Amino acid sequence: MSHKEEYIMDNAEVELARLRSAPVTPKVRMQIPPQDMPAQDPSERRHNMDEVALGYTPAQAMLEAERCLQCKNAPCIAGCPVRIDIPGFIGKVKGGDFLGAGKIIKKTNLLPSICGRVCPQETQCQAPCTVGKALHSVGKAVQIGRLERFVADYERTHGAVEVPNVASPTGRKVAIVGAGPAGLTCAADVRREGHDVTIFEAFHKSGGVMVYGIPEFRLPKVLVQSEAEVLESMGVDFELNFLVGRTRPLLSLLREDGYDAVFIGTGAGLPKFMDIPGENLVGVFSANEYLTRANLLKAYMKGKAGTPIYPSHRVAVLGGGNVAMDSARMALRLGAEEVRVLYRRTREEMPARAEEVEHAIEEGIIFDFLKSPTRVLGDDKGRVAALEVLSYELGEPDDSGRRRPVPIRGSEEIMPFDTVIVAIGNESNPLISQTTPQLQVDRHGHIIVDERQKTSVERVYAGGDIVLGSATVILAMGEGRQAAQAINEILQ
Amino acid sequence: MHGTHKIVSKSQLSEEVFRIEVQAPLVAQERKAGQFVIVMYDEDFSERIPLTIADADPVRGTVTLIFQTVGASTHKLALKNPGDSIVLLGPLGNPTHIERFGWAVCVGGGIGLAPLHPIAKALKEAGNRVTVISGARTKDLLIMQDELAAIADEHIVVTDDGSFGRKALVTEPLGELCRRAPSPDIVVTIGPPIMMKFCAETTRPYGIKTLASLNTIMLDGTGMCGGCRVSIGGTTKFVCVDGPEFDAHLVDWDGMLMRLGTYKEIEKEAHDRCHLEMRIEELEAQGDGARAPEKEPAK
Repeated sequence: MSHKEEYIMDNAEVELARLRSAPVTPKVRMQIPPQDMPAQDPSERRHNMDEVALGYTPAQAMLEAERCLQCKNAPCIAGCPVRIDIPGFIGKVKGGDFLGAGKIIKKTNLLPSICGRVCPQETQCQAPCTVGKALHSVGKAVQIGRLERFVADYERTHGAVEVPNVASPTGRKVAIVGAGPAGLTCAADVRREGHDVTIFEAFHKSGGVMVYGIPEFRLPKVLVQSEAEVLESMGVDFELNFLVGRTRPLLSLLREDGYDAVFIGTGAGLPKFMDIPGENLVGVFSANEYLTRANLLKAYMKGKAGTPIYPSHRVAVLGGGNVAMDSARMALRLGAEEVRVLYRRTREEMPARAEEVEHAIEEGIIFDFLKSPTRVLGDDKGRVAALEVLSYELGEPDDSGRRRPVPIRGSEEIMPFDTVIVAIGNESNPLISQTTPQLQVDRHGHIIVDERQKTSVERVYAGGDIVLGSATVILAMGEGRQAAQAINEILQ
Repeated sequence: MHGTHKIVSKSQLSEEVFRIEVQAPLVAQERKAGQFVIVMYDEDFSERIPLTIADADPVRGTVTLIFQTVGASTHKLALKNPGDSIVLLGPLGNPTHIERFGWAVCVGGGIGLAPLHPIAKALKEAGNRVTVISGARTKDLLIMQDELAAIADEHIVVTDDGSFGRKALVTEPLGELCRRAPSPDIVVTIGPPIMMKFCAETTRPYGIKTLASLNTIMLDGTGMCGGCRVSIGGTTKFVCVDGPEFDAHLVDWDGMLMRLGTYKEIEKEAHDRCHLEMRIEELEAQGDGARAPEKEPAK
């Protein structure tokens, strides 16, 4: 830990004591600066897989909690996809009752240690925060995500993780397809009502994108595992290495195996490619492949893991979302000397969380904005040697409200690379719909659901990326929760 | 959490080729000719290894896998014994399209003879006249010969070194069959990519529909990673969800061969290390008695 980190922590204790020596008025609260989260030094962390952010100390958490104005209308709650009682849990943190805070969060969110780390708070709960609004900066809003993370970690490290109550058995059975954020949330909510729940997962580990996609340095796998263990203690059954649609047809679960309802949360599917010449050359990877090798299959543990990872020196990452940031930072940790992110627009339009972009820059990732490749060039062995890159400028806003990038004619340049990671999103997974033709999908292959997450097939519900396209962990959880409510209603 | 599968029997077909029978009732029930599974020798550090299904017994609830120890991962898989559990996911990929074509020629090379068997069997059961061409480097690597001979109306065997059958590559008898009148109605080829490529080149001038079953680099086997992508007639397809069988005349064989070599150097190193470790283990097992005095503290 650096001196800066130590200062941040020590300073919080002094500040907290000083603050509490006099009555704390709203005006005083507004003057407390948002607490920085201690983090590993960039020059160190770029060489290890350990978590980057280190989390608040108790004093920092209490000081940050003092910034909350406890607004009666609580605009933050409306910004949370699972409607956590945010002022409620922050109030407990302020009083030092961290376990009490955990109980409040757990009422609506079973996976707070995960959400506290990977939610895009700046566009959700922290966006409408009164403090941020008053200070004219969403960055100065109450740091709700960091507090949530602190509370969840405190609960876990103090051995106080509570297993939610499960109602007495109803004799009803629910099948959950996919053990990602949507499936795990749905499973918990359905299980609470006393129904039998089995989660079917195609991979050999549960967690979905949280284990194959999001890297260890951003979300330690031990957290995902402990959240899944809570579900196991609740009596949820996990069938790993089970591909619904192939190992067993979806409808057989309902018709022959006695399940009363099914929730499909199979997540992202086919990775998108740029559709440019040379994309099948050796050294071009989808972010899904690159990250799955590194995370789920532990390719970073060289010599121990059976799965190889491509030895890279100069890496181009295409895309501007969180997955692009994860890929770039992973490539750096796996030994690449130079990693550049090529993005067609500018930093303002990047969909990645601000914190991830900052962390990436600190670690030495280079950003080439307003650039996009037109061709991948290979050597005589079919390996990537370079990208031909076109420059863009921003034009009029498009449908998404973001200014449309317009190519600058004749601006092509050759940039040398040996590895290209494509992180421009996913198309939907065709497996379930291929093997269950009764299920209606839209022209992108996403499963069509009504406002209660119900599909075109009776007793079959769906949510998360298989419905939304590429979204976030928390949105998937929100859909899982909504589906669970609907399922619980039909099973009453 | 459950999801591992027990090995119920194991046999060694040649120095490098193993057959394991794995308890997997649902897979045994659902699988069709042409489909494959992904296996792992453990849940923590294993590579995910795609293997075609050689046979299945829905009554016993087992699937049979035949594999060759070509790298570190398959070596480790070969160390597993009856009673041990492995990870197994499947059945994956689309089944072979089986219909009554007329005369079907099934060409298998080396380990590819194992997955060729269920396809040849299904074609035979659909009423086709089936010719099987079995090929291997040497006699030792010719597998499934009794099973294939039992199905085939005509069985041609070739080895590269002439140690059994004709001394030839599979493309030689395949070319001869293409020149017969009438010529085959369909050719199915499974084996080393280079063999499948030359089978495609052999049948191309005769315009005989030829299917090849591809075994590319793959992680999840469910359409998520895209590592298995291959260009088919200029369009990128995923072997796991669009395949594994494709029109052999449309496959970009050179591109596929290049992609298969992505980790060649790393894999060679891992393979060598694996052999070294196995050799050390062997020596230690042999030499335990001999070296025991060394372990005693010096006085």
